[in-house]
Amino acid sequence: MLCNVCKQNEAKVHLTQIVGDKMQKVDLCEACSKEKGVGDPASYSLAELLLGQSLPTDEVAPEAEAAVDVETKCPTCGYSQADFKKAGRFGCSDCYTTFGEGLGTMLKTMHKGLRHTGKVPAALQQAREATQKLKALQKKLEKTVAEENFEEAAQLRDEIKRLKDKVTA
Amino acid sequence: MNIHEFLVPPAVFCQRTGPNDRIVMSSRVRLARNLRKFPFPAWAKKPDRLRVLEAIQPAVESLPQLEPRFSSAMDDLTAFDKQILVERHLISREHAAKGAGSGLVLNREESLCVMINEEDHLRIQSLRPGLQLKACWQAIDALDSALEAKLDYAFSPELGYLTACPTNLGTGIRVSAMLHLPGLVLAEEITRIINAANKLNFAVRGLYGEGTEALGNVFQVSNQMTLGESEPQIIERISKALNQIIEEEENARSILLEKKPKVVLNHIGRAYGILANAHTISSKETMNLLSLLRLGIDLGMFGGLDRSLWDEIFLLTQPAHLQKQFTEKLGADERDIHRADMLRERLRSVPRPQSPK
Repeated sequence: MLCNVCKQNEAKVHLTQIVGDKMQKVDLCEACSKEKGVGDPASYSLAELLLGQSLPTDEVAPEAEAAVDVETKCPTCGYSQADFKKAGRFGCSDCYTTFGEGLGTMLKTMHKGLRHTGKVPAALQQAREATQKLKALQKKLEKTVAEENFEEAAQLRDEIKRLKDKVTA
Repeated sequence: MNIHEFLVPPAVFCQRTGPNDRIVMSSRVRLARNLRKFPFPAWAKKPDRLRVLEAIQPAVESLPQLEPRFSSAMDDLTAFDKQILVERHLISREHAAKGAGSGLVLNREESLCVMINEEDHLRIQSLRPGLQLKACWQAIDALDSALEAKLDYAFSPELGYLTACPTNLGTGIRVSAMLHLPGLVLAEEITRIINAANKLNFAVRGLYGEGTEALGNVFQVSNQMTLGESEPQIIERISKALNQIIEEEENARSILLEKKPKVVLNHIGRAYGILANAHTISSKETMNLLSLLRLGIDLGMFGGLDRSLWDEIFLLTQPAHLQKQFTEKLGADERDIHRADMLRERLRSVPRPQSPK
């Protein structure tokens, strides 16, 4: 099976999404799936993916287009765009991903900015800080290796390993 | 223990004081939080709401900050219990309308209160007398941090805390103060103040929050924007606006006294006259007249009446608190008679207002 997007490579990523009572399928090669950011299912909508690019005219595209306009439903809670228009509220926290497109325009009228700059849950904050520290250490390591300062490099390598173990633990 | 045994009597509750409580009746900070993967309360079916309540209630109950605490499912409270909680500003009127699948956890000091399955899975709030927004934020921040370790919060690094209504998105914070502004109302300056506050993106509402009238010249000012600013920035911004409103109210009072002393005295004297002599009076009229009585206290016109006594009268004349003093169920007409009886009794030892020196 060939990739739907580039039509050159072997498709390795196969996606299925049920919208309303219709099933949509997409097959992608590794390179194309990476380019589309398909790795994280929470931050991704199949219909969006299909709409966002010029797919060759097969039966998938029009179906997806209709689905977005009329009845995209949140895969977690079954909420639809029409429900949101009626209530002004979302069905669950995943709706922010499902109906993410166009959200910015609405949020702009309500808020000071579009990015959260306030409190972050401690666990997330620690993970974020650890990643940043890891990046800094890795940079330092590259530098010491380039300078052939192997003693310090060995120390750095151990420190990185310790930090990585801590994050995964 | 039921809610009536748990809450301290109004006389004790009204002894509390705080900075600027001449004008600022109380401060509140609330945070909206939700659990990942569960539908929000309005969209959730009853089994889902019950599951959320079962997950959240024990987690909240386990927090040492809330001891001694009261915890209940909303369907275990009577309409009367809920009305008492609304009059104490512990729950919203929306939450009072909830039944099975919603809950409430509250500490005895009435400084921390958690609503479960209101509009969001969690509405946690901190309340204090007077203007104490920073202290409210610190208390609720600590409670929230303790809870986040036990619950799986819906949070996005970009959009922050995810809420049922996108107007609460981000910090999920609502910072508000309850202001008593009779001077600005009498001076007909209140519309200008409300418009100015609205321009700065603050909402101005009535005594019981969203969609309520400003009975008794009491106004609730709160932030509306929750995304793109940090919590301390929001508190800083609204504190500035509140301090300005306090200053305007003090100014309006001095100017009124200086330029129209007879008008002010007339309002306060008539309010006293009715409250101390009426034989039937509605809660709405009572609140509006009590506001003028409070203004008189602030201006030093009443020797034998201090603010804690006023606070107590204000609370005790509200419908559910009034009903609480009687064993038999009162109709609205009977309540109005009992309310007038109580006011005459309470104001008997209070001499009529004297013009301030």
